Amino acid sequence: MKPSLASRITQIAAWAILSVLIIPSLVAFPVSVTGKTYLSFPWEGASLQHFRNLLTSPEWISSFGQSLLIAVASSALATLLGTLAAIGLWRVSGRFIEAIRAFLLLPLMVPPIISAMAFYRWWVPLGLIDSYLGIILAHAILAIPMVVITVSAALANFDLKLEQASRSLGASLPTTVRRVILPVIRPGILAGAVFAFILSWDEIVVTLFISKFDVFTLPRRLWNGMRENTDPTVAAAAVVLICTTLVFLAGFAILSRKRGDKTA
Amino acid sequence: MTARTSCFNPYWLLVAPAVLLVLALYIAPIVNVLLLSVTDPKPGFGNYARIFESDTVANLIWRTVRLCLITTVAAVTLGYIVSYAMLHALSGVRRRMMAILLISFWISVLVRSFAWLMLLGHNGLVNDALLGIGLISDPLPLMRNELGVLIGMTEYMLPYAILPLLANMQGIDPRVSSASRSLGASNVQTFFRVFLPLTKPGIIAASLLVFISSLGFYVTPAILGGGKVQMIAEYISVQLLVTVRWGVAAMLATLMIASVLALMYVLNRFMKLSVVFGGAAR
Repeated sequence: MKPSLASRITQIAAWAILSVLIIPSLVAFPVSVTGKTYLSFPWEGASLQHFRNLLTSPEWISSFGQSLLIAVASSALATLLGTLAAIGLWRVSGRFIEAIRAFLLLPLMVPPIISAMAFYRWWVPLGLIDSYLGIILAHAILAIPMVVITVSAALANFDLKLEQASRSLGASLPTTVRRVILPVIRPGILAGAVFAFILSWDEIVVTLFISKFDVFTLPRRLWNGMRENTDPTVAAAAVVLICTTLVFLAGFAILSRKRGDKTA
Repeated sequence: MTARTSCFNPYWLLVAPAVLLVLALYIAPIVNVLLLSVTDPKPGFGNYARIFESDTVANLIWRTVRLCLITTVAAVTLGYIVSYAMLHALSGVRRRMMAILLISFWISVLVRSFAWLMLLGHNGLVNDALLGIGLISDPLPLMRNELGVLIGMTEYMLPYAILPLLANMQGIDPRVSSASRSLGASNVQTFFRVFLPLTKPGIIAASLLVFISSLGFYVTPAILGGGKVQMIAEYISVQLLVTVRWGVAAMLATLMIASVLALMYVLNRFMKLSVVFGGAAR
C-alpha cells in the first residue's frame, strides 16, 4: 500500500509531537555549559565551570552519594520483596488474591503527595523522619508495585509444568524458586530492579516531606536550586540525573537484547 | 501430599513479607490520613463542609479538575496521532519512536519542569526565537500561569496516553480496515466509521489513566505555575508545612484517593490494569 497524503501528514505530526516530548530532556545539556553565571543558553561562549562547581562542591557530592546509596538499597529491597510476592501470588489461589494484588499496587496508584503525607505523619512517632532507613523504606514501598508488575508479566509466560515437575520430583520450595523459577524470570526481575532504581533516583515529592537536614538527595538539592536561585550548577546536576537514568535504561536494553528476551 | 500442605500453600510465605511491609508502613498510614479528615481538628465532618463554605477550597478543586480535564483532552488527542502513526510505521521507525517515548517516560519530572522553565520563561528560548524572527514584539506570558502548567502537564502525560492507546490499536485486526476499503469506503470513511469506534476502549482507558495521574500533580504546577496556579497537591503541602492544618489536607487527600480508586475501578473494566501498567514497563 502506498503511503497516502493523510498518512504522511500523520507521520510528520507524530514526529513533531515526539520531538516536543524529547526536547525538554535535552535542554539541560546546553544550559549546563553556559559561560554565564546565571541560567542561560551558551550563545556567547561555553564553559565547563558549572560541572567543576558540581564536582568540587561538598554539598552536591554528598547528595550524589546519598541518592546513590538510597536508590541501591531501596531498589534491592523492593526487588527482593516484590519478586517473592509476585511468585507467591502466581501460585496461590483464593478469594482474596485480587484484593492482595490491588493492595500491593496501591502505592503506584495513590498520588505521591498523599503517600508523602501518610509517610510524614507515620514516620514521626517511629523516628524515621530525616533518616536513611526512613527514605529507603518509603522508596522501596513505592517501588514494590513496579517489581510485582514486571515479574508477574514474566511469570505469565512461564510453563507451570516446570514448577510442578520440580516440586513432584522432591525439590523443596526454596530450591524450586532458586533453581527453576528464578532463572526463567530473570529478565522480569532485572526490569523491575532497573525501574525501582530509577524511581528512587528521581523521587522528589515523598523525599521532600520525610527528609530535613541530614538526608539531602540529589533531586531535593535540584528542587531547592530551581526554586531559590539561578545558579547554572542545577543544569549540570540535571545532566548528571538524566545521564544516570539513560545509562540504566541503555544497560537494561542491551542486557535484555542479548538474552533475546521477549518482554523487553 | 499431606492434608496440611493442601490447606496451607507454602507460597503464601513468599507473599507475606511484602504484604506485611506494605500493610504496616503504607496502608496503615494512608488509613490514618483518611481518619484525620474526620477527627482533626475536632471529630465530625467540618472539613468536608469547607467544600461548600470556603471559596478557596471550592475554587481549588474546580481549578484542579479543569486543568486535569484540559490536560487529558490535549494528551489523548496528541497521543492518538502518535499511536496511529506508530501503528502504521515500519517496525524500525516504530522502535525508534518507542525509544523516544520510553526515554521521556523515565526522565525525571524535575528535569522536565526545569527544561520548560528555560524554554517558556520571559527570556526563554521560545520567546527569544519568536522575538528574533519578529513574530512578536513583546515576550509572551507562557509561564507562571495556567498555560505553562498545561504545557508541562500535557508533555509529561503524553506517554501515559500513548501506551494504552497503542496497546489497544495493536489489538485491532488490520483486516477490518482493509475490508472496509475493499468494500468501497474511502480512507476517511474507514477511519471515522470503522477504526475510530474500535479504538474507543483505548481512548477511554488512556483518558482515565491521564486524568487519574494528573490529579496528583505537584512538581509541574509548583515550578511552572510560579505559585500562582495552585492545584490540590501543592495546597496540601502548604497546609502541612506552613499552616499545619492536617484536617483540611486530609479531607482533600481523601477526596483524591476516593476519585482515583473509583476511576481505577472503571479503568480496569475497559483495560486490564496489567496491560496499562505493563505497557509502561515494557
